[in-house]
Amino acid sequence: MNQNKQSGFVKWLLITISVLFLFVMLVLPLLVVITQAFKSGVAAYLKAVTDKYTVRALLLTLEATLTAVVVNTIFGLFAAWTITKFKFKGKKLLTTLIDIPVTVSPVIAGLIFILLFGRQSLLYPILKACHIKVVFAVPGIILATVFVTFPFISRELIPVLETEGTDEEEAAALMGAGAFTIFRKITLPHIRWALLYGIVLCTARAMGEFGAVSVLSGHLRGLTNTLPLHVEILFNEFQYVPAFAVSSILVILAIILLVMRSVLEHKGKTTKKPL
Amino acid sequence: MKKKNKRVIPGFGISMGVTLTMVSVIVLIPLATLVIYTAQMSFPEIIATITRGRVLSSFYVSFITAFAASAINAVMGLILAWVLVRYEFPGKRILDGMIELPFALPTAVAGISLTYLTTDSGWIGSFFAKFGIQIAYTRLGITFALIFVGIPFVVRSIQPVLEKLDPSYEEAASVLGASRTRIFWKVIFPEVLSSLCTGFGLAFGRCLGEYGSIVFIAGNKPYYTEITPLIIMSELQEFDYPSATAIALVMLIAAFLILFINNLIQARNTKILNGNR
Repeated sequence: MNQNKQSGFVKWLLITISVLFLFVMLVLPLLVVITQAFKSGVAAYLKAVTDKYTVRALLLTLEATLTAVVVNTIFGLFAAWTITKFKFKGKKLLTTLIDIPVTVSPVIAGLIFILLFGRQSLLYPILKACHIKVVFAVPGIILATVFVTFPFISRELIPVLETEGTDEEEAAALMGAGAFTIFRKITLPHIRWALLYGIVLCTARAMGEFGAVSVLSGHLRGLTNTLPLHVEILFNEFQYVPAFAVSSILVILAIILLVMRSVLEHKGKTTKKPL
Repeated sequence: MKKKNKRVIPGFGISMGVTLTMVSVIVLIPLATLVIYTAQMSFPEIIATITRGRVLSSFYVSFITAFAASAINAVMGLILAWVLVRYEFPGKRILDGMIELPFALPTAVAGISLTYLTTDSGWIGSFFAKFGIQIAYTRLGITFALIFVGIPFVVRSIQPVLEKLDPSYEEAASVLGASRTRIFWKVIFPEVLSSLCTGFGLAFGRCLGEYGSIVFIAGNKPYYTEITPLIIMSELQEFDYPSATAIALVMLIAAFLILFINNLIQARNTKILNGNR
């Protein structure tokens, strides 16, 4: 009896600590964003959100995010297929290389693209002759976004495909199915949820990327400003209400993605069981 | 004999080709540029750059704040994972879903709202200001932001291990008369220790490179709250690419070292999970 009472006490103590910790660390920051965004009323909020530069920044963020998701989905599918369905030398090296972008600091991610495409690079005269601008321009921002989210989709697919094994695909191949048919009819149904899950994670990271994009953007308002960079500029100009108003767009997107993530995780768990 | 190795599934050539091309274009070539660029600098030059007082103190600040934040996250992560796995209570699923918020919330947004919270007039800052503790624009503030960034890592590393843990060992220990604290330290803690280390390592690695959430809260005073990514950033803004590259190289080596140690622990971890001790 005594032990039960004690464990009940410990249970509620630990739950209280957890809830308090998450409230202070996670809920309060969100509440700050919302309250500060509406501090000067709804009209001021709407004005900040529909501001010309905000809309442009939102469009650029969407463009970069969409590109990152498309490129990384294509890469993720090919890479996961290669790594899990075939045996070859150097597989470990390949998976390590794919994972490098997440271990590198975002600032360094930006730096390497400056070194590759910037003024002091060997490529610079060629790019200039073709009138292509990468650094301090939109292509640089997109490249940086693709880089930081590079492994996000393949990382979700590889474990799922690894546990599936290669038996079904081999059987289909022996019966004469082509690579694309095998992929569409056998592999894809297995990885459907993992793929969507990876896309959600990739979207979340891509839309919020700050460090790498900041290095490559040059902060030209209306031209190379993504939403997070726009937040930074407004905040540094002490325009707190607009800064938090713009942040609230990102908060709403983040919450939508979080809900989608939990739903997908749940779906993935429940559909896996009957197999 | 060789026929055994023949690949049955078609499409190896094209998928390998696409994978290698994309890895080269996006990861390998850019990283190689960094190496080539450093190779053009002389060794004493690099050493002179990275041993400047301001750079050395930024290494110290980055290390100490990342370490403190990850240590706090290790303790809180263990408690959170325990609560989420072992207890049933209303609102548990919301709590579980919230853990990922630092992944989903853009770092710049987290940065400005944490700064706003912890300045002397903010909700948290005004409370601590009564005791004479200032959070924003100090190393404490950096640690605070890094705790936010690192929360999911430890929780998500420990959770699966705790879920798999066989309760019969605890029951046996309890029947044999061990106290609850003793069961925790002797039975449960050894099992989760290596995943705790992995989570700590992941959080630490992430915190060392973190930039977005810190620029606002740090105040960026040289020798006091200037972290290494910030130094790289300011060198870049002055177009001093050699210095930026040299400092970046040190960070890169540190990141790889952490990754390497983590992989060693993880390899041991999976061995234990598979039962080959």
